[in-house]
Amino acid sequence: MIEIILPALIGGLGVALVAGPLGCFLVWRRMAYFGDTLAHSALLGIALGIAFSVNLNLAVVVVCVLMAVGLVFLLQQRQIAGDTLLGILAHSSLSLGLIVVSLMKSRLDLSAFLFGDLLAIGNSDLQAIYIGGAIILTALKLLWQPLLAITVSEELAQVDGIPVAATRMALMVLMALVIAVAMKLVGVLLITALMIIPAATSRRLSSTPEQMAVKASFLGCIAVILGLTLSYSFDTPLGPSIVVCSTLIFIIVYSLPFKSLI
Amino acid sequence: MIKQNTSTANEAQPSCLIELSKVSIKLGSKQVLSNLDLQLHQDEIVTVIGPNGAGKSTLVKTVLGLIKPDEGTLFRHPAISIGYVPQKLHLDKTLPLNVQRFLSISGQSFKSGDIKAALSHTRAEHLLASSIHELSGGEFQRVLLARALLKKPDLLVLDEPVQGVDMNGQSDLYRLISDIRDQTGCAILMVSHDLHFVMASTDKVICLNQHICCSGHPETVSADPAYLEIFGNAQESLALYTHHHDHRHTDSGHIVSDSETSILENNHSSNERSHD
Repeated sequence: MIEIILPALIGGLGVALVAGPLGCFLVWRRMAYFGDTLAHSALLGIALGIAFSVNLNLAVVVVCVLMAVGLVFLLQQRQIAGDTLLGILAHSSLSLGLIVVSLMKSRLDLSAFLFGDLLAIGNSDLQAIYIGGAIILTALKLLWQPLLAITVSEELAQVDGIPVAATRMALMVLMALVIAVAMKLVGVLLITALMIIPAATSRRLSSTPEQMAVKASFLGCIAVILGLTLSYSFDTPLGPSIVVCSTLIFIIVYSLPFKSLI
Repeated sequence: MIKQNTSTANEAQPSCLIELSKVSIKLGSKQVLSNLDLQLHQDEIVTVIGPNGAGKSTLVKTVLGLIKPDEGTLFRHPAISIGYVPQKLHLDKTLPLNVQRFLSISGQSFKSGDIKAALSHTRAEHLLASSIHELSGGEFQRVLLARALLKKPDLLVLDEPVQGVDMNGQSDLYRLISDIRDQTGCAILMVSHDLHFVMASTDKVICLNQHICCSGHPETVSADPAYLEIFGNAQESLALYTHHHDHRHTDSGHIVSDSETSILENNHSSNERSHD
């Protein structure tokens, strides 16, 4: 039993650690749907990676980063509202990914990529998660102040001489990295849930941005442990199990009778 | 920045911090500013007034360097430090921030002593540990003002700094702003709707409606036909409702009679009925 669960557990904790702080930025900047769109485009990355026989993690990162850059530029135009545009791109990139996958001769286990797979976590995946995770956390630590500054107000940040466009782009790249490392575990459809739900739960327990980021990581880890247990015990799909546990924690934290921190 | 050379009215030209010459700006296909000249000097309060859509905020953003002029030139004194108080700042409630932390988020790292000093300068030191989401409109503006002062600005730019502040709070804030000019000698560029303040405490008024309709000393401007065309009616109602309080409120709400305070009399206008 432990041989099956251990790699997934180690991987899952790694993913939860990085998803928490990045998820906080999704929540603070009201970018949940943006994260979803990036995640959906990850499937296109997988399809293209398989088609051209490139490393899948690399393919996902490249496609997500390109998508993020494209989104930033597209969202600056004023013709179509941002959420409509994100809706169009999220679903069309997901659909395009599904079509490319279906055209390939060797049929993939799609549900593993859509919802995550407990048994699919191998040593190379763990390596990718921890190397990617270390890069993400280091970058977050270095960029924390400017990232917070553009989150408070991009206009004020610009007056203060912070390179707003570059910082915003760095945040997009970091999100693309998180999606790439988390994809195997929870699947592209549910990655944003693993980022947003622990962050939203953490809000009620935190009075500084740093607390909220750290507690989001911690809450994510608890959800991973509970989700894995559920998935192993009842043979439920891993991604959905983690997300459901995360939501249960959210409900419990918000229904406990104590004064929310503000 | 503490002013180095005390400039008096007799001196020819205190040093020029910002100069816009023949600036025109289009946003999309709409001409927002055209052929605009503006100079900002040390120790000077310049107030921009004008109807909605006149381009006041665009002018502010141009001075700040947030918008580049399509035509004309923008000169900015090198190494000038600018403090900015935006028109409104929406902070998402999901971001847990207290005032101290809020003030420490910016390009530079400030010592907590500097933060406390800036807050006490705007009489908001008691808010240091408060959540930013629980401040009243006036308190939030004081915190924003403190944030701008932290950079020891040579130029303070305020875009409608009293929005969402009640009447007494407004006159307190305006007094604070002119105190800041007196104490630090910084230049102030402000967008304001409060004609009473504009007329009482401003060195120069710019009446803007895509171009500069008229500008100059408040008394000159208020007699200008271009000004009267836009603000004529408001001026009359001001005269009707100008009233005087024999007391003022401290930040904690205590009533202080005017004789007890060294601060200027609390003489302000309002649209409410006088309750003297």
